Amino acid sequence: MSKTLSQLLPGEFGIVKKVNGGGAVTRRIVDMGVIAGTRIEVKKYAPLGDPIEVKLKGFNMSLRKSEADLIEVEPA
Amino acid sequence: MGGASLTVALAGNPNSGKTTIFNNITGSRQHVGNYAGVTVERREGSCRYQGKNLMVVDLPGTYSLTAYSLDEVVARNFIVDEKPDIIVNILDAANLERNLYLAVQLLELERPVVLALNMADMAEKAGIQINDKLLGEKLGCPVVRTVGSKKQGMEDLLQTAVAQGEAQDKKTFNINYGEQIETAISELVSALSSVQSLKYPKRWLAVKLLENDKEVLNAFSDNTECQSLVAHVEGLRRNLAGVLGEEPELAIASIRYGFVADVYGEAVNAGLGSESTSDKIDSILTNRLLGLPIFFGLMWLLFNMVFTVGAYPQGWLEEGVTLLGEWVGQHMAEGDLRSLVVDGIIGGVGGVIVFLPNILLLFLGISILEDSGYMARAAFVMDRIMRTVGLHGKSFIPLLIGFGCSVPAIMGARTLENRNDRMVTILVSPLMSCSARLPVYTLLIAAFFSAESAGSVLFSIYVLGIALAILMAFVFRKTLFPGAAEPFVMELPPYHMPTARGIMMHMWERSMLYLRKAGTIILAVSILVWFLTNYPAEVEYSKDFGQLTAQVETTFDENVKNSILAPLSLEKLEDNEILASMVASIQAVEEEYNTASEEAGEDTAMLAALDTEKEVKLQEIEASNPELYTFAQQYIGFETAKEDEIGALEQDQASEKLAGSYAGQFGHFIEPAIRPLGFDWKIGVGLFAGFTAKEVLVSTIGTIYSIGDADETSSDLKSALLADPHFTPLVAYALMAFVLIYSPCLAAIAVIKRETNSWKWAAFSTVYTTTLAWVVAFAIYQIGTFLGY
Repeated sequence: MSKTLSQLLPGEFGIVKKVNGGGAVTRRIVDMGVIAGTRIEVKKYAPLGDPIEVKLKGFNMSLRKSEADLIEVEPA
Repeated sequence: MGGASLTVALAGNPNSGKTTIFNNITGSRQHVGNYAGVTVERREGSCRYQGKNLMVVDLPGTYSLTAYSLDEVVARNFIVDEKPDIIVNILDAANLERNLYLAVQLLELERPVVLALNMADMAEKAGIQINDKLLGEKLGCPVVRTVGSKKQGMEDLLQTAVAQGEAQDKKTFNINYGEQIETAISELVSALSSVQSLKYPKRWLAVKLLENDKEVLNAFSDNTECQSLVAHVEGLRRNLAGVLGEEPELAIASIRYGFVADVYGEAVNAGLGSESTSDKIDSILTNRLLGLPIFFGLMWLLFNMVFTVGAYPQGWLEEGVTLLGEWVGQHMAEGDLRSLVVDGIIGGVGGVIVFLPNILLLFLGISILEDSGYMARAAFVMDRIMRTVGLHGKSFIPLLIGFGCSVPAIMGARTLENRNDRMVTILVSPLMSCSARLPVYTLLIAAFFSAESAGSVLFSIYVLGIALAILMAFVFRKTLFPGAAEPFVMELPPYHMPTARGIMMHMWERSMLYLRKAGTIILAVSILVWFLTNYPAEVEYSKDFGQLTAQVETTFDENVKNSILAPLSLEKLEDNEILASMVASIQAVEEEYNTASEEAGEDTAMLAALDTEKEVKLQEIEASNPELYTFAQQYIGFETAKEDEIGALEQDQASEKLAGSYAGQFGHFIEPAIRPLGFDWKIGVGLFAGFTAKEVLVSTIGTIYSIGDADETSSDLKSALLADPHFTPLVAYALMAFVLIYSPCLAAIAVIKRETNSWKWAAFSTVYTTTLAWVVAFAIYQIGTFLGY
């Protein structure tokens, strides 16, 4: 069953299946290394619940929930 | 300088330590400018190595080379247009996989590249083993190791770069994009082979066309040789999207990352990732409960450091400028030249350097926040709040600083990478009520509002500023800078200990930029405003001030002669030594009393004590010779009267001179425009002068109301304003609102020009704020009048 990255809770992992959308935001997400098969962990939510912090390929990254909505993951 | 010269471009991801390496190589021989036509900063430096001149350009830090971000376009255009002899790609060795993604794109541009594995010590500590040789072989370029913060590997880096730059062996570097995409690439490459007017490598262009790169596509639509290709590309892209099941640009990026992952997997042994120190720090600093309090605490510290600590050196500078002005004033003959030097030039220079402590301290704070890695977290924590008004998380810092002074606030906006975010922040930050406006509020509130309501009135002005900033940010976002918000997708870099050297360089660079670029404008306009408020030199006075002054002198001489000299049979006062010394003693006592009581301020007990002390001293003098004492007091009475009258005449003359000056004429000229706000020409002159710095409004109004040396606590000025039937509490409130909103001060405008690299935006910021100020003050005055205030 696939979810979007924004649906994962802090501490949960997922394997990226697909990045949806198009244009600048999607391209930036892909350029940061979020491509199919990447293992990604949700580290935490910001104090006001948005944006979120994730870890992939050994580095930490922040993105807004609306951006995380574009990323389809397979919970792992 | 002789010898061959080489151009070196430094490329790399944000947070790869690129700037540290740039500083190591070039030292103080650097220069900051802008890339032609855009606001992206261009840093250049030079160094000599083995008899060669190296010109080093620090390209903007980017994650990729797409057309979506201005920084990325600037970086790749520099490489293609200016053909640097060598590209040095700085990579964060501890985060190599993502960093190699940019390296691969640089290699695709078919220019010589050297890879620098920076922060090699951090990578080692994290247990990451990198096989440099294998990495170099896989990518076909030399690899060196560096530790920028410890200046390690610089020699090796320069040597490799120079050797590679001189050899100029441009190896073609190709990633295999898979059968379908490669077929499309070959098709495009052969279609491009007949086109002569291309500066980019053909394979690179083909890939970019398939990636739907707007820059390249636009260039093609403008080029008659290539127009036909655009439709061809559209067809190929549609085909590929069908076959691949996703947009070709995403497929290409994925394959590139796949290539990187293969190289990385072979050349790097990543070890076991464990919870790092950085993650532990982060779990506190961006904690759900503590994150915001820590952020606000740090902001409080920053604000106090910039303005409370900065107030000391600022005071010294002001004092120094005043002393210099006085010294020059004493050593120059009175006249226009002296006035120009003292009031125009020295005053103008003072107006420039007085901001320097704030700027230095602000950039000290910002450098620490940025270099330590906290800035990205600040944005992370604040993004939710700032986004509601269309701003970025990082906009908070410049806006906060705006409450102290707009000049460092506008300069602080450069921490925002995205142009739209930066422009909106720059345009609204002058609406944050800066401390220079406070004297104006203090004066008007003290004159027209009760002590109980003073706090609320002041608070309402600050809230008005914030509300308007939010409103205008929203409006600008919708109209002038529309489009999707910049992606918030960014790295949260590991925490680092900032280096003293890096911080110093940053502070130095910002201060020099301010002095050179903004300082010259401020100085020039200060002199212009001095001219407008002092000329024409000959105005038509309502009275003959010279004659009136002479008359006062004559009256004084006659009074002294009739009442003192004649009864005592003296020629002049000095003929009676006892009387003369008595006069001097009484004057000394009075002077001492005045100085002491000024210092005592409103301390009534202290003042009473001073009064008693004065009485005792005077009685002592009286006791020494009661008869002469009466004469001495009488003499002093005449003299005080003379000085008061002459002072009043001088103030009247200054007032009439200002009224007759170009600035005064301007005040009269704009009176019809500001009358609907309840303002008369006197306020018009004050507003004009307040354009240089808002606090100047107080002293200018003081001059117009014929009060010498007025400041916001001057009770004379307060009563003069109260006595003016034109001035009501409503007018005072409308004026405060107007002063809050109207044109940023001269220094702020100069900085806006410098930061946006455009006079257009500097002019716009003046026009929009002044218009807004007019509308708001109009509404306040008209509605207030209607309601009967």
